[in-house]
Amino acid sequence: MSLSKVNVGTSVILHQINYGLNLKKKLQDMGLTPGVEFSVVSKTNSGPIIIEVRGSRLALGRGIAEKIDVEIVS
Amino acid sequence: MSEMNVAIVGNPNSGKTTLFNRLTGANHYVGNWAGVTVEKKEGYLKHKNKRINVIDLPGKYSLSTYSLEEKIARDYILNEKPDVIINVVSASNLERNLYLTLQLIEMKLPIILAINMIDELDRKGLAIDYAELERQLKVRVVPISAAKNQGIEQLLDEVINYEGCHEFLNVSYSQIVEEAIRTIDEDTRWKAVKFLENDMEIRSEYDGIDFDLEEVVIQDRYTFITNVLKNVIHHVHGYEPITDKIDKIVLHKYLGLPIFAAVMAFVFYMTFTIGSFFVEYLDYFFSEIVSGFVSNVFTTYGVSLWLHNLIIDGVIGGVGGVLTFLPNIAILFLFISILEDSGYMGRAAYLMDKWMQRVGLNGKFFIPMLLGFGCNVPAIMSTRTLENPKDRLIAILINPFMSCSARFPVYVLFASVFFKGYEAIVMLSLYLLGIFVAVAVAYIFRKTVFKGDETHLIMEIPDYRMPQIKNLIVHVWERVKDYIVKAGTVIFAASVILWGLLNYNFSGSADIASSFGASIGKFFAPVLGLAGFGNWQSALSLLSGIFAKEIVVSNTAIIYGLGETANLTQLGNVLGKAFTPLSAYAFLVFVLLYTPCVAVIGVIKRETNSWKWTGFSVAYQLVIALTLSTLVYQIGRLFIG
Ligand SMILES: Nc1nc2c(ncn2[C@@H]2O[C@H](COP(=O)(O)OP(=O)(O)OP(=O)(O)O)[C@@H](O)[C@H]2O)c(=O)[nH]1
Repeated sequence: MSLSKVNVGTSVILHQINYGLNLKKKLQDMGLTPGVEFSVVSKTNSGPIIIEVRGSRLALGRGIAEKIDVEIVS
Repeated sequence: MSEMNVAIVGNPNSGKTTLFNRLTGANHYVGNWAGVTVEKKEGYLKHKNKRINVIDLPGKYSLSTYSLEEKIARDYILNEKPDVIINVVSASNLERNLYLTLQLIEMKLPIILAINMIDELDRKGLAIDYAELERQLKVRVVPISAAKNQGIEQLLDEVINYEGCHEFLNVSYSQIVEEAIRTIDEDTRWKAVKFLENDMEIRSEYDGIDFDLEEVVIQDRYTFITNVLKNVIHHVHGYEPITDKIDKIVLHKYLGLPIFAAVMAFVFYMTFTIGSFFVEYLDYFFSEIVSGFVSNVFTTYGVSLWLHNLIIDGVIGGVGGVLTFLPNIAILFLFISILEDSGYMGRAAYLMDKWMQRVGLNGKFFIPMLLGFGCNVPAIMSTRTLENPKDRLIAILINPFMSCSARFPVYVLFASVFFKGYEAIVMLSLYLLGIFVAVAVAYIFRKTVFKGDETHLIMEIPDYRMPQIKNLIVHVWERVKDYIVKAGTVIFAASVILWGLLNYNFSGSADIASSFGASIGKFFAPVLGLAGFGNWQSALSLLSGIFAKEIVVSNTAIIYGLGETANLTQLGNVLGKAFTPLSAYAFLVFVLLYTPCVAVIGVIKRETNSWKWTGFSVAYQLVIALTLSTLVYQIGRLFIG
């Protein structure tokens, strides 16, 4: 499912990033690689979200969150 | 004495600048948001009879190049070949920080790993096994705290004793990557890896090979790091981060924005009230005490009248008039520094992102805008953190609309004369108008010249930190010093020149009304007439304001031909005759929006590297200022009659 639909406090596993090359690489460099587990720590209504990945907090615009596919960790 | 060159490299916000300042004793800008250092800075120190030249590079997450600042760092490392690279990593964030470290190690660069912020480990319940990390990565590891001055001596000892690395770590990749490396270039492994990462510069060195393994390479590196850290980081006790607690409130869905608005309101309220408390005293100090004293001295020594007038009216009146506002400026910068240092800046960007998206920008644009309230020069430099060149250009072009502190004295003077009792509302309206114009113009740019590209927020949100008093003092002092220097140089010179222009014409000494100055003013005045301030005094005043916006205030006394010891009340009287409240407001709108000062024009030229955009910036702001102030005046007249 899309990261933008995940609720605050939920842990997810990154499936893939469906985004243009440059941005995708930047996100990967910052630790968002396939298979990594991370959680959503803050969210605004139809705005950006903050995730915690590999020990750092990352704010992502809504447009990016929508293009990140994740699976919820049960 | 021998010499060596040392570069400081690391992720944004890992404490590089703090370390640089600690080493060199310099006072560079430190802030708790990613991307404070946008230029490389140089300094040096002596340690045990060795001169160490230190260079602080912009923060980066990886050695590839997305934004200008990251490119600066990479080019430096590759081309200048420093003797030692101090790789600063944040102790509480090793996993992400070591990614860059691995890249550096792979390129066989001479690194020493400085694990910074070890003072925070206890609180977070973490322990790091440095020896183990050293063993695993095969590089020297030195734990330090740049802020608390721990481990710095050891770090320097390691630097001067650095003998190069004999054994290099080979990051092991998955089968498929290893095979590709063998095909591409076994001998220079790092190039092969860079090739796989689609590094443009390396790609061009190898023709006719193609692989698509970038994702795997990155993933393998992180897997490698995770494995290394298993034996390095120990969780001693549990810890509930205070940052998360604060964020629950500060970033709350509904409360977030109101809190942000309240914070900003508080900042401006304090700037205005505390600052204004001092204004009266400073005004008295300059216009009575200093002028009086100098005047007495001059009379005693029989100094000629013209010099007497020049110094008293021109210099003390002008420079003093500007220095009167020093407390306001200091307080504003104090608050801006607190916002930066505490970590709130990034949150503001996050909170604004949704709204900025509506006009085709993203939340990150908001940081330079906020900084612009202080001074547009550093604000424009901070736009380097925007990855996309088009985004950057927009951010640069709209920044001067953010009302910097140099315009503040102008508002105060006019508001106190024409809108007594409503000063706060008038000032607020101007600041808001500035923001509104900035956003509107950005929107128009996005829809026309800079069409296309979506822009999205990607930004690290740091932990909250208690702002360090030393940092704050340094920040404020830097700005205050700049302001005083500006008063003593640009404004001083402008006062003298203006005084000359107003007292002479081709036939020598002249009456103000027939002086050079008046002629220049009269030339430009007619256009401004549309906006209600078509007198030559305003025209001349605005023209000189291009050198520094404060000059609009500092020159008032001279231009309106006030005698010696003009104080704020007397200024008020002459202005009252030249303006109506409506035309005064139109004038302020013009001051807010028109052509930026020379310092800003200079930085726009440097940052855009284009005379075309610089000229455009100067011209379009003039047009906007003229249009809006005319609208204000003409529409206002319909109502006021
Ligand atoms: N507790 C603690 N905080 C530190 C230490 N060193 C730096 N900081 C804080 O970390 C934040 C970032 O420091 P900077 O020196 O600006 O970091 P930088 O790496 O230069 O950041 P960029 O300019 O964004 O690349 C600031 O708020 C510092 O006060 C340290 O040793 N301990």
